[in-house]
Amino acid sequence: MEAVWADIPLEHFLVLSGMLFCIGVYGVLSRRNAILVLMSVELMLNAVSINMVAFAVYTAPTLFIGIIFTVFIIAIAAAEVGLALGVVLRVFRNRGTANVDEVSALKW
Amino acid sequence: MTLLFFYVMAGTILAGALGVVLVRNTVYAALFLIMSLLGVAGLYILLSSEFLALVQVLVYGGAVMVLLVFALMLTRVHELDKKMSGDQWPLGAVAALALLGAFIGMWTQTDWPRDPDQVTLVPFATIGDALFNRWSVPFEIVSLVLLVALAGAIIIAMQEEGER
Repeated sequence: MEAVWADIPLEHFLVLSGMLFCIGVYGVLSRRNAILVLMSVELMLNAVSINMVAFAVYTAPTLFIGIIFTVFIIAIAAAEVGLALGVVLRVFRNRGTANVDEVSALKW
Repeated sequence: MTLLFFYVMAGTILAGALGVVLVRNTVYAALFLIMSLLGVAGLYILLSSEFLALVQVLVYGGAVMVLLVFALMLTRVHELDKKMSGDQWPLGAVAALALLGAFIGMWTQTDWPRDPDQVTLVPFATIGDALFNRWSVPFEIVSLVLLVALAGAIIIAMQEEGER
């Protein structure tokens, strides 16, 4: 297979990951259900990973630091999802809701 | 050919992502998220990082999605009649679009350097070697973080004495 940048400029990957990140931002800002907010955070993490890998392949293919970094991002994302879902389950058991705008005890 | 594959994968990713943030049924949102994540795995293959594509399918498509769907079922939130987006959604859309405009402006203005070296495939053995030699300390820290986070999740979600 010939190198990928013979066909596709780097900007294609950057714009794609930017779009994905912004869709994630919109989801985090507008969704009410805490689990859907978490899913949107996953979208944002994936956008960052795409960016990392694209930069690694296009600018420093012999170092592949971006690939190592993406492995770490995936591990942290797994930890984050596990912990956040524990918190959501706890809130649901205490408050009977998983909607973020109904959990406002800490609101000023 | 490569460009066509890229556009197919980009369409899959963006359609899945829009599904996650727009559909009303939460289980459909989870299915759209799987579609989006598998599209990202395809993009990793295009970027000749097979290892990441495998990890993506295993960790995201498997473990993370099982966790999310379990939590959806446990919190029973697929109430179709209630609205799924808050009243602040127009502000969220404006913020997201402004961010996108800034991103695209910056990225298309910048002249990115290209490495003339062409490595089309990073072998698994090389990644493993780098992960366990050069990057061994961050690797251990990440595994510790994962362990602590999972223990914390169990403690937080555990039923307390006298509850219910």
